Amino acid sequence: MSGIPHDHYEPKSNGEKWLHSRLPVVGLMYDTLMIPTPKNLNWMWIWGIVLTFCLALQIATGIVLAMHYTPHVDNAFASVEHIMRDVNGGYMLRYMHANGASLFFIAVYAHIFRGLYYGSYKAPREITWIIGMLIYLMMMGTAFMGYVLPWGQMSFWGATVITGLFGAIPLIGEPIQTLLLGGPAVDNATLNRFFSLHYLLPFVIAGLVILHIWAFHTTGNNNPTGVEVRRTSKEDAEKDTLPFWPYFVIKDLFALAVILVVFFAVVGFMPNFLGHPDNYIEANALSTPAHIVPEWYFLPFYAILRAFTADVWVVIIAETLSGGIIDAKFFGVLAMFGAIAVMAAAPWLDTSRVRSGRYRPMFKWWFGLLVLDFFVLMWVGAMPTDEPYATISLIASAYWFGYFLVILPLLGVIEKPLAQPETIEADFDAHYPPKAGNATTAAKSAE
Amino acid sequence: MNMIKATLLSAVLALTAPVAFAAGGGSGHAIENHDFSFDGPFGSYDVNQLQRGLQIYTEVCAACHGLKFVPLRTLGDEGGPHLPEEQVIEYSKQWETFDPDLDDFRPSTPSDHFPKSALSNAPDLSLMAKKRAAFHGPYGLGINQLLKGTGGAEYISAVLHGYTGEEKEQAGVTFYENHYFPGGWIAMAPPLYDEAVEFADGHANSIEAMSHDVAAFLMWTAEPKMGARKQAGFAAVVFLTLLSVLLYLTNKRIWANAKRKD
Repeated sequence: MSGIPHDHYEPKSNGEKWLHSRLPVVGLMYDTLMIPTPKNLNWMWIWGIVLTFCLALQIATGIVLAMHYTPHVDNAFASVEHIMRDVNGGYMLRYMHANGASLFFIAVYAHIFRGLYYGSYKAPREITWIIGMLIYLMMMGTAFMGYVLPWGQMSFWGATVITGLFGAIPLIGEPIQTLLLGGPAVDNATLNRFFSLHYLLPFVIAGLVILHIWAFHTTGNNNPTGVEVRRTSKEDAEKDTLPFWPYFVIKDLFALAVILVVFFAVVGFMPNFLGHPDNYIEANALSTPAHIVPEWYFLPFYAILRAFTADVWVVIIAETLSGGIIDAKFFGVLAMFGAIAVMAAAPWLDTSRVRSGRYRPMFKWWFGLLVLDFFVLMWVGAMPTDEPYATISLIASAYWFGYFLVILPLLGVIEKPLAQPETIEADFDAHYPPKAGNATTAAKSAE
Repeated sequence: MNMIKATLLSAVLALTAPVAFAAGGGSGHAIENHDFSFDGPFGSYDVNQLQRGLQIYTEVCAACHGLKFVPLRTLGDEGGPHLPEEQVIEYSKQWETFDPDLDDFRPSTPSDHFPKSALSNAPDLSLMAKKRAAFHGPYGLGINQLLKGTGGAEYISAVLHGYTGEEKEQAGVTFYENHYFPGGWIAMAPPLYDEAVEFADGHANSIEAMSHDVAAFLMWTAEPKMGARKQAGFAAVVFLTLLSVLLYLTNKRIWANAKRKD
């Protein structure tokens, strides 16, 4: 499967040969697990395992929760309380599922920013990147619809606000909104289709995850140096890599275990920390909460959505040029989806030949600002829309677009990158210098 | 180093979130923390306090408010009020449940729930302690939840003894001034006064003591499985820490050769 030369599975016994000539499934598993992996991967390369775990956790807990949940406006809220009070271990299942969503997004943001810093999106890994962005979009859709299911106040009003965004699209907006809602407003039909899709999408994500893994197993992993594994011969490749099993499996599992200690401390001792208390009030179409706030993981993009009000000059220009078709509301929607689109387009916007941010002295600072920008957006997303938050969110939104549309293309031209190591082996040896007696080391590694 | 960076990043991500709480804060006086027995990772409900709270709920709150999500049988649960079975049966009889088979009301049994609110504009109290997060720690981050809880119980007791005695009438409805209620004016008349309820064991029945008791009881109605949850969380943390240590050592051993450290 991989383009890096390595040993493949050889069936030995007659039974193995019999199976292999009919269905090479053992070979597929062997090659996947033994894939040569750059040996200099740092701790930011653990998030893939965490994400895989999250998906499995959400599907496993979700399937059991679905057995006890009732997707009907009259019974949904009560059925969640039934899970919390009557179902054996139901309170743990639900709290793990709710907090599991947060862990999922913490991991995905760490994973995405890892990719942005080390240039993992660059050729030849554009397809991996694009599939990753699709997974992220699907995750957001799934999380949003899942949050509606308990039918609390934030569920209901969040659904009203977000589906209302689609109504802002000229001409086709309203039919799309009606299709999403199953009627003119958020009601039983909405709850039913959201439940159905919330159950379906994770399996679509699982399919995309397989493609994601397939794609980067074809190109090989990126690594902190951004220098490719040598493919000139198996011997050269083996100097740059170690097999995924056991080296990286154990390393990743160690990181996962540490993260799960924190996760279970949150689930066990403060499970409602990341939730909104208003969602323990049953949905009421007649009473709007004072502040409608999305879940924390949507806040940065929610801030971008709200940043472009009618008095912002770009909005005024867009409205004038489009003859009023693009009003402030539609502009906000375009900006929100555009913020993700520019990130997805990073492989083609980044003009630098150097992959890893480690060897890009100017890029480092702009990237650091982008991370800060992300947190600023998250913060203003939770704040009211008045000053100074309006101005802050506008500046922060502008930087998000500026980074991808202006800074990334320009840096590749202006910046003088530092010297990169010749090989991954050289980088690894710089961290872990070979012992004086080279012969003994060689003998040991042959053991 | 990178691990620390990664952990910090996740921590910051996690902590930025509950800024959301801060935005929803009420007006008026800040709600003070009260040390309830169920605060902190090892805190548990005080059975006697829950039983007193149940009595206050039954004699006072239940006149208007309901607990429709709470099954009566759970009054016998360990980690809750822990009433003996006969008492749960006896207690249940004082409520009525509509039976579709009889097309009439009949006395409740432990398999029924508490009744709904008797007064249409009195909110159900089953989840009141969870739908009010009263204090948020420094910068509204909510990080003191670990040690102090969300403050829902504190909010309830603050409202119950936070009346100033002022009244006003608006559109035919009387409102009572209460600094702890968002907006400062509440439609609920002061429900408690000193010695409103007599306890069989002669326990203190000042308005503060009773507010705390009924708030603790309502925390239990909102989160009846808290004890089991904390136990499960503690077991998970201990075993996963152990697993982390083992995996750390395994990882170190596996990589020793590659890193020339053996």
